[in-house]
Amino acid sequence: MSTDRQVIIIGSGPAGLTAALYAARANLSPLVIEGFEAGGQLMLTTMVENWPGFRDGIMGPDLMAELRAQASRFGAEIVQGDVTSVDLSKRPFTVNVGGKAFTAQALIIATGASAKWLELGVDKKLSGRGVSTCATCDGFFFKGRPVAVVGGGDTALEEAIYLSKLATHVTVIHRRDTLRASKVMQDKAMATPNISFVWNTEVVDIKDPDKGEVTSLVLRNNLTGETSELAVDGVFIAIGHTPNTSLVKGQVVLEDNGYIRTEKGSRTSVPGVFAAGDVQDHVYRQAVTAAGSGCMAAIDAERFLAGTGH
Amino acid sequence: MASDKVKTVTDADFGESVKKGLVLVDFWAEWCAPCRRIAPVVDQLAEQYDGRLTVAKMNVDENPATPPSYMIRGIPTLLLFKDGDLKETVVGLTDRDDLARLIDRHLS
Repeated sequence: MSTDRQVIIIGSGPAGLTAALYAARANLSPLVIEGFEAGGQLMLTTMVENWPGFRDGIMGPDLMAELRAQASRFGAEIVQGDVTSVDLSKRPFTVNVGGKAFTAQALIIATGASAKWLELGVDKKLSGRGVSTCATCDGFFFKGRPVAVVGGGDTALEEAIYLSKLATHVTVIHRRDTLRASKVMQDKAMATPNISFVWNTEVVDIKDPDKGEVTSLVLRNNLTGETSELAVDGVFIAIGHTPNTSLVKGQVVLEDNGYIRTEKGSRTSVPGVFAAGDVQDHVYRQAVTAAGSGCMAAIDAERFLAGTGH
Repeated sequence: MASDKVKTVTDADFGESVKKGLVLVDFWAEWCAPCRRIAPVVDQLAEQYDGRLTVAKMNVDENPATPPSYMIRGIPTLLLFKDGDLKETVVGLTDRDDLARLIDRHLS
């Protein structure tokens, strides 16, 4: 495998793999470095019902396997591994994967976003001990037990609906009095008998780190200031995502909210470096918009390379 | 394809399996996507530390007794035992180099 490439794509979610598909079909023989969380967030979901063309939905991991195979079919090379650092100060850009260095004339950053934690400290400490950001991964351990979901978006309700089939009861804790989730998801959750909602409420503490397991949540109503305790064996956090920008921080311009700034399509502040998917999109954050922006990044990279004689 | 250096442990033989030497146990399930991602890392560790470390896997679907006794509420979880004593617990996807460092610490 050549380490000197025209295009390297970092990330293998819908954005990265769509960029790979388009770049491969443009004869740029792209290299995709999958990353530790290969396949991205869709690998942790169940049924995806809003990917166009699948009227009955498709399982997230199946969709990613199809996308991966499709990109490979046209010659994209996909390697396992997590990028440890990049040097964007001169072209060709350098991409380090463990002890191995690759160079690229153009780079597409599609590193996505990761689930946010509560920033209580105790939630990370109890991770895998009753605190989770992935119902499909960890729901199994809460069969016949009460759990809570924190958040009010589509992800929170999807987790709640999934957990309602395993847990005795699911309490959704949301800091506002209205949900951000889509109407379809809201209707589904509201119609599920063992899902209930606690509004205008935040989690201020999780017990019991000394026991090494979750026994209850300390809640505070943010209108009345009243605190209460909810006994649960598990809590699933679905309060949004943060973009995975640690690789490029200080090398490309970020927005104030931490996402990579893109202009005129997928261009970042460094010529030859493009960004696609959730790492640069805090507005839409859909699989299909990520894929669309991956396509844009590949086309932008192709035109950039043509312009520089590569 | 799993490495033949990785052995499968069950509720029945778990205690016996971790009793001697350094043993790394990977708790996993078929339906767990992050488990599939860490599997090749576990295989590589088994090859790398062959003879110095026993690497084992336990399917949590088929073995309901062992995971609760270590309060496992999420997978993948890796437990590292030395002569039967639990030394390290690693929850979630972890880098191979970090795991190697952890193992090295207990090898001396």
